[in-house]
Amino acid sequence: MITLDAVRKIFKTKDGPVNAVDQVDLSIEQGEIFGIIGYSGAGKSTLIRMLNMLERPTSGSVTVAGKDLSKLTKAELRKARQEISMIFQHFNLLWSRTVRENIAFPLEIAGIGKAERLKRVDELIKLVGLEGRGESYPSQLSGGQKQRVGIARALANNPKVLLCDEATSALDPKTTDSILNLLVEINEKLGLTIVLITHEMHVIRKICHRVAVMENGRVVEQGPVLDVFRHPSEEITKDFVKQVTEPEETTDLIKQLAFEKPQYKIVQLTFVGGKAEQPVITDVIRKFNVQINILQGKVSQTQKGAYGTLYIQLVGADREVSEAISYMNQQQVEVEVVSYE
Amino acid sequence: MSNLFPNVEWDVMLTSTGQTLYMTAVAVIATFIIGLFLGLALFLTGKGNLWDNRFFNVLTAAIVNIFRSIPFIILIILLIPFTLFLVGSMLGANAALPALIIGAAPFYARMVEIALREVDKGVIEAAKSMGSSNTQIIFKVLIPESLPALISGITVTSIALVGYTAMAGVVGAGGLGDRAFLDGFQRSQNDVTFVATVIILIIVFLIQFIGDTITRRLDKR
Repeated sequence: MITLDAVRKIFKTKDGPVNAVDQVDLSIEQGEIFGIIGYSGAGKSTLIRMLNMLERPTSGSVTVAGKDLSKLTKAELRKARQEISMIFQHFNLLWSRTVRENIAFPLEIAGIGKAERLKRVDELIKLVGLEGRGESYPSQLSGGQKQRVGIARALANNPKVLLCDEATSALDPKTTDSILNLLVEINEKLGLTIVLITHEMHVIRKICHRVAVMENGRVVEQGPVLDVFRHPSEEITKDFVKQVTEPEETTDLIKQLAFEKPQYKIVQLTFVGGKAEQPVITDVIRKFNVQINILQGKVSQTQKGAYGTLYIQLVGADREVSEAISYMNQQQVEVEVVSYE
Repeated sequence: MSNLFPNVEWDVMLTSTGQTLYMTAVAVIATFIIGLFLGLALFLTGKGNLWDNRFFNVLTAAIVNIFRSIPFIILIILLIPFTLFLVGSMLGANAALPALIIGAAPFYARMVEIALREVDKGVIEAAKSMGSSNTQIIFKVLIPESLPALISGITVTSIALVGYTAMAGVVGAGGLGDRAFLDGFQRSQNDVTFVATVIILIIVFLIQFIGDTITRRLDKR
């Protein structure tokens, strides 16, 4: 559905040229929810804006729904943009228009007649769950409701692709979840391809099928979300994965324990999918002469199955401990001995 | 009434009020249209905007600044040949209009530019992302989103215009300024000056009230 081929964007600034996006190749499938994660300044905002030519690439090609966007005339690009809609961090609604009028805006742009506009707006209001708020102005709505208007507006012209520019970053956690659920619902119901950028791994975990990690304008790692969670290869990816698997206090606690009792090994176990149900810990205690302290554990649900981590401390003779570790290694869990040297 | 204001001829005063209102109303309408046009040109040709064009931006800004800087009383004199060509006379309310409009439109144009700059860039980006043409962005986003500021700007400009009509009156355009200066000041009839001033005050208050009411109605932020 979307193909990026060697896409670059160079901004000229007073301090010389800046490579905002550097040689990015991506391929996003029809009906997929694709997440791009990175810290601010990584170039993800520029990248997503090149998918609808709000930013023109300095070189490389962007193909969306079979059209090479940089080769389109102005009129063709306007037409193409009606199929690639976008929602924004700060919603970007027109305050001078009611909810209904905001949702009707893209329909007016597309030149759709009044009767049909009214009908379509009714459907969209129902789809995003804003019944009864049609005549309100954006200033009378909460953040979550405003983003629902943004989503309804984005869906008005039946787009093929929905671009989400930090769409939940201005919302509280509960509202974020409800908006993410709505996006999944839309993805499933309408078969819409969704591309989102975010700095929150939580968003990636909850709704994305595949993820790309950006740093300094480059995509440093990409793959199915579960794979990236299981085997993050880059440092930055590991940092992002930690956002959802281990709270900061755990890291501090583990460091403290490793420092106080260096003789006892601390092990991180990672369970993926159905394997999370095996009684590995019980087996280890029964089979080996070791004691196990459970330090922290967490299971997260992703679009493609569950993902869990468990931190344990093994107390016992060296031989027993290393045998226990090699036993766990043979089971269907990932084992990593944690060390903080 | 005639004891209190012995020199005031009420039918003349009524005619003069009519002339002032006529000059103000025509000038406000023309200023709104020309100022909006100039203000849009200033804004749209600005850096990073829809018609980013340094040459036209500098040119428009220069014209606006020149006419905004000339004191109004001097502008009237400078425009005499132009007015004679256009109206054929320097007397009467119509003769005041060219100077009023040329004096006020650049002033309003700057207010329009400021109002347009306040429109959220994100909203313009959103409109672009939906495939809006530049014309659609101007008429469906820029103008509606800046309307309260455009209206409060034209309110301020209208009040300045009432003041300008009084000055124009001095050089023969008629109206309340003419009464206050010719009949009131030059013939030492203070009651005439007083009544003319009060009527001007009432007009100003009315304009402010109407402007504020419309602005408040429009502003849904």
